[in-house]
Amino acid sequence: MSDLRDLYQEVILDHSKKPRNFRSMTDPDSRAEGYNPLCGDRETVFVDMDGDVVKDVSFQGAGCAISTASASMMTESVKGRTRAEAESLFERFHDLIVGKDSPGESPDLGKLAVFSGVREYPVRVKCATLPWHTLKAALAQNGATVSTESEGPNAESGGA
Amino acid sequence: MSTALREPRASAYDVESIRRDFPILSLQVYGKPLVYLDNAASAQKPASVIEAEREVYERCYANIHRGVHYLSVHATDAYDASREKARALLNAAETHEIVFVRGTTEAVNLVAQTWGRANVRAGDEILITALEHHSNIVPWQMLCEEKGARLAVAPILDSGEVDIEALARLLTPRTRMVSIAHLSNALGTVLPVARIVELAHAAGALVFVDGAQAVPRMPVDVRALGVDFYAFSSHKIYGPTGVGVLYGRAEILDAMPPYQGGGDMIRSVSFEKTTYNSLPYKFEAGTPNIAGGIAFGAALDYVTRVGLSRIEAHEHDLLAYATESLSAIPELRIVGTAREKAGVLSFVLDGVHPHDIGTVLDREGIAVRTGHHCAQPVMDRFGLPATARASFGLYNTREEVDALAGGIRTVLRMFR
Repeated sequence: MSDLRDLYQEVILDHSKKPRNFRSMTDPDSRAEGYNPLCGDRETVFVDMDGDVVKDVSFQGAGCAISTASASMMTESVKGRTRAEAESLFERFHDLIVGKDSPGESPDLGKLAVFSGVREYPVRVKCATLPWHTLKAALAQNGATVSTESEGPNAESGGA
Repeated sequence: MSTALREPRASAYDVESIRRDFPILSLQVYGKPLVYLDNAASAQKPASVIEAEREVYERCYANIHRGVHYLSVHATDAYDASREKARALLNAAETHEIVFVRGTTEAVNLVAQTWGRANVRAGDEILITALEHHSNIVPWQMLCEEKGARLAVAPILDSGEVDIEALARLLTPRTRMVSIAHLSNALGTVLPVARIVELAHAAGALVFVDGAQAVPRMPVDVRALGVDFYAFSSHKIYGPTGVGVLYGRAEILDAMPPYQGGGDMIRSVSFEKTTYNSLPYKFEAGTPNIAGGIAFGAALDYVTRVGLSRIEAHEHDLLAYATESLSAIPELRIVGTAREKAGVLSFVLDGVHPHDIGTVLDREGIAVRTGHHCAQPVMDRFGLPATARASFGLYNTREEVDALAGGIRTVLRMFR
């Protein structure tokens, strides 16, 4: 059980049960849909900008504990940041959860470092990155649906 | 033990002895004994199958249907013997009604692409059900798109049973094919195939049955069922991957155009004209999975030796036991409650995503499938993104069901 607790840390369980900024926006500056075919999860991220700064960000959808907590904590950590800062944060977050960086190497990730346990569960990387990919698409304002399938192993392509 | 007690053992189902035939079952994962409950996705292989494949390469490997030399003759005989075993398993009338393909998916595609292209016209209809696996949806969808035909879908009830009255109403003079699963991979529903065949034939339609989940779990007699096509995969019946069977009634197969062009499927080739080989080779272009096909025969020997009726009874007992054990967990809901079920138990837990169930069970050594099970329309029907699914094989035990129930309680402790 101890290694499962590395994945499902208290902070993650808390955010998954009580996600923050879990709401839609009626007239957002942009929005994007994210889809993870592995688990069938869909998520919408809404963004309101003030110039180049993320003024407000929220999300909706049904997902697993990892993707819900990741989305919740993402909204908290990118609010007030510039587009470039948000994207750079995603890069460092991504490096952390695929095991490129050790938690100690990214002190500026702040609370997001609790996701470091995901590195031991490669099939769950996509759950943690889905909201971020979706945010990135929203920031790029292309409005397209993003899929997690450009990333990592274990894409579900068939079977029964 | 007295002789009196010993006597019934001849017919008793000795699951421990069966387990010893499967080397992988002694594996430990994360320090826990493996509890493999993902048999609907793919089944594990007995030593006799692993040994048969190895023996092909060590003792009797060459290309088949070609050489006059010793190895080729022996490989050809062994490969053709598997075809005869598949015929016997399905009780087909003729060995040449058994076409080897890569798996059930390819069988559906073969029929859609050959029979379908030759027989389906604009305005015609193909009828499937709402519980089909993607591989029994998409090939027909592609055919309908190409031909301007319509894909009709018979609805399912909340229990996961096909609404037979609705299906009957959807049969029209334009229905060319009714394509159905024998056993739903996502819900465990056993479909009343003989009844559906009766209705379809009365309407002038043919019937294709996806038997991928049924063939490993119950005796199947294609002539008693009256089906026109029936398909299944080796890897789900304890054989190697990359081998499958398409059964078709000879007169229908005969009238169908070939599938892929290439070697083995021709009788003679010139640049002006090619004449095609006889059944079943007309549909078998190229060098097939020879070793896999031979080892598939060993898998059929294995299940025949255990006995499919006995396997069916064993899995029925496990499913009933699991249904009872899991129903005792208040937060758990079983998805798929048909009266006739086999081998498959799909469930969801209040407030816990199936993906998280899968990860926690995995660390307990328990392998289940989580996701949409390649049946997204089924998930949509029940308003779920996904379910967790335990599916049984001939080697599973009641103790493993207990481990599953314990694992689910661990999940609930963690997330609630």
